[in-house]
Amino acid sequence: MEPNDRLSLDAWANPSSSCNGLPRKMSLENPSFTNFNLQQQEQKWDDTSILNYGIRIEPPFLEFNQASESEYLLSSTCNNQPKVLDQEDGLNNEALQTSKSLDWDPRTMLNNLSFLEQKIHHLQDLVHLIVGRKGQALGGHDQLVTQQQQLITADLTSIIVQLISTAGSLLPSVKHKLSTGPPNGQLGEFLFPPLAGMNCVPQPQHGSGSKAVQPLQHGSGSKAVQPQCVTGSKVSDQCNQMDVTGSFGTEQNLSIEEHEMKEEEDADEGENLPPGSYDILQLEKEEILAPHTHFCTICGKGFKRDANLRMHMRGHGDEYKTPAALAKPNKESSLEPVIIKRYSCPFAGCKRNKDHKKFQPLKTILCVKNHYKRTHCDKSYICSRCNTKKFSVMADLKTHEKHCGKDKWLCSCGTTFSRKDKLFGHIALFQGHTPAIPLEETKGPSLSCDKMDGNEASNKSGNINFSFGSNAGGGAQNIIEVKEDADDPASYFSPLSFDTCNFGGFHEFPRPTFDDSESSFSFLEAP
Amino acid sequence: MKRQKTLETSANNDNLFDLLSEEIVFTILDFIDTNPLDRKSFSLVCKSFYITESKHRKNLTPLRQEHLPRILNRYPHVNHLDLSLCPRINDNSLNVISNTCKDSLNSIDLSKSRFFSYNGLMSLALNCKNLVSIDLSNATELRDSAAAAVAEAKNLERLWLGRCKLITDMGIGCIAVGCKKLRLISLKWCISVSDLGVGLIAVKCKEIRSLDLSYLPITNKCLPSILKLQHLEDIVLEGCFGIDDDSLAALKHGCQSMKALDISSCQHISHVGLSSLISGAGSLQQLTLAYACPVTLALANSLNRLSMLQSVKLDGCAVTSAGLTAIGNWCISLSELSLSKCLGVTDEGLSSLVTKNKDLKKLDITCCRKITGVSIAYITNSCTNLTSLRMESCTLVPSEAFVLIGQRCQFLEELDLTDNEIDDEGLKSISRCSNLSSLKLGICLNISDEGLSHVGMKCTKLTELDLYRSAGISDMGIIAISRGCPGLEMINMSYCVDITDRSLLSLSKCSRLNTFESRGCPHITSLGLAAIAVGCRQLIKLDIKKCHNIGDAAMLPLAHFSQNLRQITVSYSSVTDLGLLALASISCLQSMTVLHLKGLTPSGLAAAVLACGGLTKVKLHLYFKSLLPQPLFEHLEARGCVFEWRDKEFQAELDPKCYKLQWEDIVP
Repeated sequence: MEPNDRLSLDAWANPSSSCNGLPRKMSLENPSFTNFNLQQQEQKWDDTSILNYGIRIEPPFLEFNQASESEYLLSSTCNNQPKVLDQEDGLNNEALQTSKSLDWDPRTMLNNLSFLEQKIHHLQDLVHLIVGRKGQALGGHDQLVTQQQQLITADLTSIIVQLISTAGSLLPSVKHKLSTGPPNGQLGEFLFPPLAGMNCVPQPQHGSGSKAVQPLQHGSGSKAVQPQCVTGSKVSDQCNQMDVTGSFGTEQNLSIEEHEMKEEEDADEGENLPPGSYDILQLEKEEILAPHTHFCTICGKGFKRDANLRMHMRGHGDEYKTPAALAKPNKESSLEPVIIKRYSCPFAGCKRNKDHKKFQPLKTILCVKNHYKRTHCDKSYICSRCNTKKFSVMADLKTHEKHCGKDKWLCSCGTTFSRKDKLFGHIALFQGHTPAIPLEETKGPSLSCDKMDGNEASNKSGNINFSFGSNAGGGAQNIIEVKEDADDPASYFSPLSFDTCNFGGFHEFPRPTFDDSESSFSFLEAP
Repeated sequence: MKRQKTLETSANNDNLFDLLSEEIVFTILDFIDTNPLDRKSFSLVCKSFYITESKHRKNLTPLRQEHLPRILNRYPHVNHLDLSLCPRINDNSLNVISNTCKDSLNSIDLSKSRFFSYNGLMSLALNCKNLVSIDLSNATELRDSAAAAVAEAKNLERLWLGRCKLITDMGIGCIAVGCKKLRLISLKWCISVSDLGVGLIAVKCKEIRSLDLSYLPITNKCLPSILKLQHLEDIVLEGCFGIDDDSLAALKHGCQSMKALDISSCQHISHVGLSSLISGAGSLQQLTLAYACPVTLALANSLNRLSMLQSVKLDGCAVTSAGLTAIGNWCISLSELSLSKCLGVTDEGLSSLVTKNKDLKKLDITCCRKITGVSIAYITNSCTNLTSLRMESCTLVPSEAFVLIGQRCQFLEELDLTDNEIDDEGLKSISRCSNLSSLKLGICLNISDEGLSHVGMKCTKLTELDLYRSAGISDMGIIAISRGCPGLEMINMSYCVDITDRSLLSLSKCSRLNTFESRGCPHITSLGLAAIAVGCRQLIKLDIKKCHNIGDAAMLPLAHFSQNLRQITVSYSSVTDLGLLALASISCLQSMTVLHLKGLTPSGLAAAVLACGGLTKVKLHLYFKSLLPQPLFEHLEARGCVFEWRDKEFQAELDPKCYKLQWEDIVP
């Protein structure tokens, strides 16, 4: 039973971890994928891949995992998009609570049961919804209805499975059987937690919940639909289905996709190429990561740039020296209708992969390379200045290094900002935070000021002695003596006797400042 | 202490003061607080008086930092320390102050001090927990670190940072976060402070009452948060060129608590911006628009909701008659109006304004050159309660008009008639203003001793008299003044060429005289000045430029008697090395202007400036710069003295009458 239970725990904890933005804790149960499975489940119930999914062993499944993890990363990094956050927060907080209440005791059971109850209610609502829709039925929705039916069956199945597994956890005899037994049971476990998380929003989903979600979903859905059409109708079916079922777990999915949309580094968001109007190329991983992408067909030498290859080709014979051969290949073909090329990421499950239901193609090979390295590779370039930031694309590192260390606006809490107004916004927001004055400045003036007081004065008095001494023709020996008690005004006068300065006849005058100097002398000794 | 006292009383029964409790003596001392010398005399009576005075004194204004440890020990209850007269205050001094005064100190003025750094300020802020007021104006070398040190003074309520040019938003940010109780902050000329710092002040210091943001490079961005301050009463936005109408128009509401607003020299604010700035500020009492937008009908109309307005200052603005009339219609409770150097002030506008505001107390129409006797007639007719009238250079006002002033405005305390056509008849009439304390009659060429004698006989409260270039005045007038006005504190008789030692001898009876200017009086001699030195012990400022007959003989008594002298100008006189070196013994002496002294040698000058330890400013001829060693100047500068070099040729004095003629040629 242990693995089973832990699995379910993982699943329960999942939404909360996504909420907290802890990418490390990401487990397999990415809601989007459970969803995906949910739909596949109806159609190919005994698909092996799903079995694998349940058992968590087979490589394709692992690949899924990676993909889901990356998506989570995306979602967690972009958590501050307010629109999505609201929904996600609400849901996840409740999910968090439930996951907290979960323990290795019968309360788990109770929770499971209550969720089951909610799920049944939920299903009820869904059926209501379908009934309502039937009333105002429009043409061409037969497909929709079948999907809904499928969905309901799937839900029912999952409820049954959940029931079984819940019962199984009570009975030690069944435990063993279950854990090795029907994968469906585990699948149910998988499906459940996110759904349960969703269902924590207690009221009928098509009421307030679905209304809030639907428009958004349409927004993201419609964009995603078009490329999907390329890959096949099955996926688009699923997509439609999601539109209808909105309330089922798609919220999580949606939030993630929203993040993805915003986050994507390649600027082909606005591009709405009609499906089929472009060719999709998919380079292999090795090709993408290869340092050279252009290889000589004759000698096999690799080049980074096609132009270099063309120059290289000249060495292989005169036929490569013609202007036509040397010219850019594109220019030749510019007369013919250009077939737009788009690229797919070879990473299965990635949104940039052509098999993804909301596939978004990449525009150029460079995009593919950068995308692949950024998303699916280790970040091997470490900033040499801060030793914390890591990058997988060299250009990113260089961009960072341009700005690294320039976060000179420092708050007392240790946060740095690249812009002063950001720092002041931060300080205005938090109690007790103050701008931190850079260390050099606090050190700098203090030293210089001290020096001003002491050394400078001493230097000057020393200089005076010197010059006056030289005037008088020999007072240089005074310098050292004066420098010792530099801050003592009395010393200013001692070498500067009126005689040496040819003041002639001023001896008899009172020299009241000497009184002051005495006092100042005592003052200096006092502390 | 009490026991000690009873012991003392048993020893000297004849001292009745010992029977009085300390509180009663303190109360007596409160009454002699006006004159520092009286307090000094009191403390010198006997030991017990000395101790009592030490305990009583709350304010200290030391002249040298060297004496600080001793005087702080002598006066344990000092809570206000004014160090603006110390040429040099270093961190050591601030450490001494903070360790000696500790919690008793609540106010310190470092506005003219230099050579201290954030270390001293930090010690001050950490040790003196009750510090509520710090003046750091002119600390041009302080940086953000110093501001961060100030921010440690958590109880600070008033902070002046004028001209702290190196303090940036970061430092101000520290202060804003640290000093939450701030009620007043002046950031005038802190040109490194921008919207961010000011905005943070407004966000963090909710108690702010008074905010001076003059000449800051701020824009509209910080205004909304400033105007949200609940208690803001006084805001100065002088010379904030970044604020314009467009940004002000975006302001939804003004500040309700605002009582005083100054947008002088804000070139980009017109009446549109002003009206959005003062919308909702129904309790506004003071409005200063000097050198700002033209005062037109539109601007005046934007003032229509300000029923509480008491003071309007429009100095240097272009003014229309319609605008003035409208101001008169909207604001009827004005007590103070300033139209100094306004262009376009006419009889029509001014008279309609003053007839509506009968309670006007202060009126400034300096350089309103278009107004005539008609305006004066209206002013004197309706504003009979005027206490202050400044009307320098109202050249079209005829002499008869001044008779009206004396007849109708008898509560006048301050009257500036510089450069007017007033004659003896006018002066005779003005002498009826028995409360007159300040009378300025500079460049009034039509007055003579006769008129001045009337003033001397009747205006017994006169403290300030300016007769600059009123060449008709001679000894008789001055003697009448010095006899009739024993409280005279300031007199300027520059270029009254007929003045002789007789005037000075009689003025020496005015024991409160602290400012004496007699430039270009060729007939006064060392003898007269010596009499002044002996008689007027409180002399602070002395200007004897171009008094050729004053020499060393006057400097010796000055050095001996005038121990309060702070500022002296001896240019073009006959003072030599000897006299200058004698002056150097005056420990208060801070500023010396020594140009074109024939008897002065470089070494004599060097000795004098070296001997005079309190000097902060010395004005010298460029000629000496090359003759004295550079290290000497560096040394003196390190002591806190600033040298100003002049390279002016020796000038012969103009004929006094010719001066007036020349001036009239310039202004047609």
